[in-house]
Amino acid sequence: MTGEPLLAATGVTRLYGDHIGCIDIDLAVWPGEVVAIVGESGSGKTTLLKCLAARLPPSSGTITYRSRDGAAEDIYRLSEAARRALMRTDWGFVWQDAAEGLRMTVSAGANVGERLMATGARHYGRIRSAAVDWLERVEIDARRIDDDPRSFSGGMRQRLQIARNLVTGPRLVFMDEPTGGLDVSVQARLLDLLGTLVRELGLAAILVTHDLAVARLLSDRIVVMKEGRIVETGLTDRVLDDPSHPYSQLLVSSVLQA
Amino acid sequence: MSEAGFDGGTAAIRYNFAYLDEQTKRSIRRAILKAVAIPGYQVPFASREMPMPFGWGTGGVQVTASVLGPDDVLKVIDQGADDTTNAVAIRGFFARTAGIATTTRTAEATIIQTRHRIPEEPLRAGQILVYQVPIPEPLRFLEPRETETRRLHALNEYGLLYVKLYEDIAKHGHVATTYAYPVLVAGRYIMDPSPIPKFDNPKMDMSPALQLFGAGRERRIYAVPPYTPVRSLDFEDHPFRVQEFTEPCGLCGSRGVYLDEVVLDDRGGRLFMCSDTDHCEAVRAGKGAAAEASW
Repeated sequence: MTGEPLLAATGVTRLYGDHIGCIDIDLAVWPGEVVAIVGESGSGKTTLLKCLAARLPPSSGTITYRSRDGAAEDIYRLSEAARRALMRTDWGFVWQDAAEGLRMTVSAGANVGERLMATGARHYGRIRSAAVDWLERVEIDARRIDDDPRSFSGGMRQRLQIARNLVTGPRLVFMDEPTGGLDVSVQARLLDLLGTLVRELGLAAILVTHDLAVARLLSDRIVVMKEGRIVETGLTDRVLDDPSHPYSQLLVSSVLQA
Repeated sequence: MSEAGFDGGTAAIRYNFAYLDEQTKRSIRRAILKAVAIPGYQVPFASREMPMPFGWGTGGVQVTASVLGPDDVLKVIDQGADDTTNAVAIRGFFARTAGIATTTRTAEATIIQTRHRIPEEPLRAGQILVYQVPIPEPLRFLEPRETETRRLHALNEYGLLYVKLYEDIAKHGHVATTYAYPVLVAGRYIMDPSPIPKFDNPKMDMSPALQLFGAGRERRIYAVPPYTPVRSLDFEDHPFRVQEFTEPCGLCGSRGVYLDEVVLDDRGGRLFMCSDTDHCEAVRAGKGAAAEASW
């Protein structure tokens, strides 16, 4: 890997009282790279993702982010205003449950436009055309622009969430089980869309999933977690085809080969 | 301020001047001073029980009581009218507990307490307009958590209010909010101007009068000092517009004023008349006030 990492975690530990969230994690993500964090339930994937996404301060360790001007800064030492500005411009967060990432009571267009308005857009026509453009890019019929997401199917909600996050042109997107709870054909379509967008826009992404097929399709690199620690990391195809840690071997062998 | 010791009608009960005790008034004045120093910022204050229910203007009454002096002349309006229950009751309250002079004439008043209107006659320097406020938080129906709304104000994150305007335009083709229309005060804080019609919003901008807002139940005071820019939120391609009336006032013939629609009978008879009763009477009497308000 060349150049400087976009996001770098060093010695990140998060404890919940005596319980372990994640321990001593070192992880770096380079621009344009998709990293999947895989592991079973309770292995600390989501805790780590929240720490990385500035949503849960780690008990110890540091996380630095390299902003567009090239300066690497500790995200938990930024002022709250700067951190929130980062989260709504340079970052995106796609939730497993779309209701957490969307405003369910306002229209799809307003959901997509919110980040633009939050960053100073004050021209209705331009906000609306950006919303139409993004709805089309995530394959939602632009005629649904004034419907609220409660009337959307699960797959549409996920796609709307993606549009809402990508409208400000972020550089890094966090995804927590983005295909969870969707049926397989909808999953496939969403993965296809995500893969296309990520490559087209040169996004870096950190993806939490327990589904190795999702990791295989989307990610460049895989991090395998078990009981709060990283047990193996490597290129996706290498880890999935030739796992070296016994736990990774178990994980790969427990998937039915279709 | 002297202790006027007014006999409230029952010999045994002696109210302090303007009902509230001096320490309470002092604490409210401190909140008012802070509010004036930070235009549009909601200052918490220790709202007292008043001898009227929340929702009847207890915030406005406490602010008025705190700024009232023995030489003040008080006018109270409710939806523009001097003769409705709320206005009459509050005027009577201060006449009894402070013994001050009251008026219905906008020009004669030094303090005007208002519910939901700004008088048609332009206010002048030295006058104080006290608004009764039910819900001081402009973000309330967009973000239910008070901790979060305070953070949004502190960090100047007002994107949500534009989401509301966007929704209005998307659903109705224009901004359908007609009252309690949010304003940006002095380029920093966004404020709920209380449920005045948006028709009155432009009157707040650079007004020579001091504007104080009291929310009794929500325990907040905020202010717009004289000559402060107050801008109604809008989009570049959907600029802010006030309501327009096609007919003049059915009683005095005024145009360019805010009108109430009054149902006259059960056969569809309707009358549009000035909401500001003082203005209407003044025009009809042909006295002083210009026939056309300058707004």
